[in-house]
Amino acid sequence: MSDNAARRLSRMFYRISIAIEAGKDRLSDLDGAIGDADHGITMSLGFMAVNAYLAKLNLDDTPPSEIFTAAASAFLDAVGASTGPLYATAFRRAAQALKQDECLSLAEQTAIIKAMTAGIMERGKGQRGDKTMLDVWIPATEAALNAQACNAGGPDMWNSILEAAEAGANATRSMVAARGRAARLGERSLGHMDPGAASAVIILRAMKDTFTESEPGGH
Amino acid sequence: MQRFINNPDEVVEDTVKGFVKAHAGIVRLGSSNPRVIAARHAPVPGKVGVITGGGSGHEPAFIGYTGRNMLDAVAVGELFSSPTAKSFLDAAREANGGKGVVCLYGNYAGDNMNVKMAIKLAAKEGIEIATVVANDDVCSAGPDEREKRRGVAGEIFMWKCAGALAAEGASLDAVQATAQRAIDNCRSIGVGLGPCTLPAVGHPNFLIEPGTMEVGIGHHGEPGVRVEPLKPAADIARDMVKIVLDDHALAAGTEVVVLVSGLGATPVNELYILNDTIEAEIVGRGLTIHKTYVGNYFTSLEMVGATLTVMALDAELKRLLDVDVDCPARL
Repeated sequence: MSDNAARRLSRMFYRISIAIEAGKDRLSDLDGAIGDADHGITMSLGFMAVNAYLAKLNLDDTPPSEIFTAAASAFLDAVGASTGPLYATAFRRAAQALKQDECLSLAEQTAIIKAMTAGIMERGKGQRGDKTMLDVWIPATEAALNAQACNAGGPDMWNSILEAAEAGANATRSMVAARGRAARLGERSLGHMDPGAASAVIILRAMKDTFTESEPGGH
Repeated sequence: MQRFINNPDEVVEDTVKGFVKAHAGIVRLGSSNPRVIAARHAPVPGKVGVITGGGSGHEPAFIGYTGRNMLDAVAVGELFSSPTAKSFLDAAREANGGKGVVCLYGNYAGDNMNVKMAIKLAAKEGIEIATVVANDDVCSAGPDEREKRRGVAGEIFMWKCAGALAAEGASLDAVQATAQRAIDNCRSIGVGLGPCTLPAVGHPNFLIEPGTMEVGIGHHGEPGVRVEPLKPAADIARDMVKIVLDDHALAAGTEVVVLVSGLGATPVNELYILNDTIEAEIVGRGLTIHKTYVGNYFTSLEMVGATLTVMALDAELKRLLDVDVDCPARL
């Protein structure tokens, strides 16, 4: 069980990295409109470092929580900016949540999202409506918890998570930035999607693709 | 735009390598981290370590202010991006002479978070890090939200005063308090005439329409308070002085230091043209100029534009500011 789970998470990080790389220019352009244009570069650097680090682990002996712990330190040592500490804290919290029973059940998948969101909130002191990545992570968490409460299956749960995430990212267009470098723009940040929100959707989509793919062999 | 680069993804590595070769008598690479620059003499046992850190692309800031009576070590970030928590920690290690370390940095979201994480990591090793967060950029937030303002070129004066005091053997508390007073006494404004481009992105990340200027622009192209038609240098200089001094109720007769810095692509002669009016305006307001610095002290890649920083002096700050330093940047 734990051997499959670690491989799955490692595959998840690989997927995230590929997707971030593909969206790098778009993310940098979004950031250029309201920040300093480095978001795509920063995120790509961070997830490449995570992959390089995970490639060195023996996944047969690694509990899944260790994958997140390793990802946290690799990300933090590779990335400064604000995304470094934010996602490193998110991954650390996910590792703590996974330590409960080291499996990737739907309940644990929800726990991962919830823990990541809590980590980002704690580190960035942000709230919903600040025009940040939290405008994606908070609704995604709510969707996951709702799906859990209704006993939804994996595909339904992830569909509703992605739907909430995309709606959240789109909603940042009509928000005025309250945190991060875009906060300086005030009203002028209106109309632009927050780059951190856009990359959060990319991450969640890669998580969805990993957790809803058919069991090993199906990728 | 034509540039002197090798690989757009290795701009920072290549910059740091060339920098260390050019100033090998003053600085060295961090012993375990190529994203740290340390003074050759650091750490000095029994001296408070003085460090900073920030994104690259602002040269000679931040690395150029490493040296005797200035910064002991600097954490180096990607272009316009905060250094990692690890690099801030390693800078503190390089600077730690057993009396604590003061980290004097610029109030950007990334720096705040990475410094905070570094403080925790350093505490585990018994290194105490005190901080002062610069907030001299007048247009980055209103007067009622000064704690939100960003640090810009005023940081140089903060480093200079704190570095000189630390070199005299002062305590961590004293160095922190003086650094705080130094930056509290600084006000800055930037005016942008043309944008800048991150090499790995390849196109400007913001636009300044020809014939216009961005008054109050930030060090990474953050928009200012207004966009208006470009006008003669004397009129721009008057606006800059007005914005800076209106935010800073200084009594007539106050002694000040003036720093006019280019943002990267503005010819130095134009900075002197600005300074001609800046000096007259400041004197016209009854202030006394103790010293003026004009040049490229804190840049933003190849942004066209200039910043003005005015620092009010008291007896101690004046004495510290006049202490000779030996660092790669000309001070």
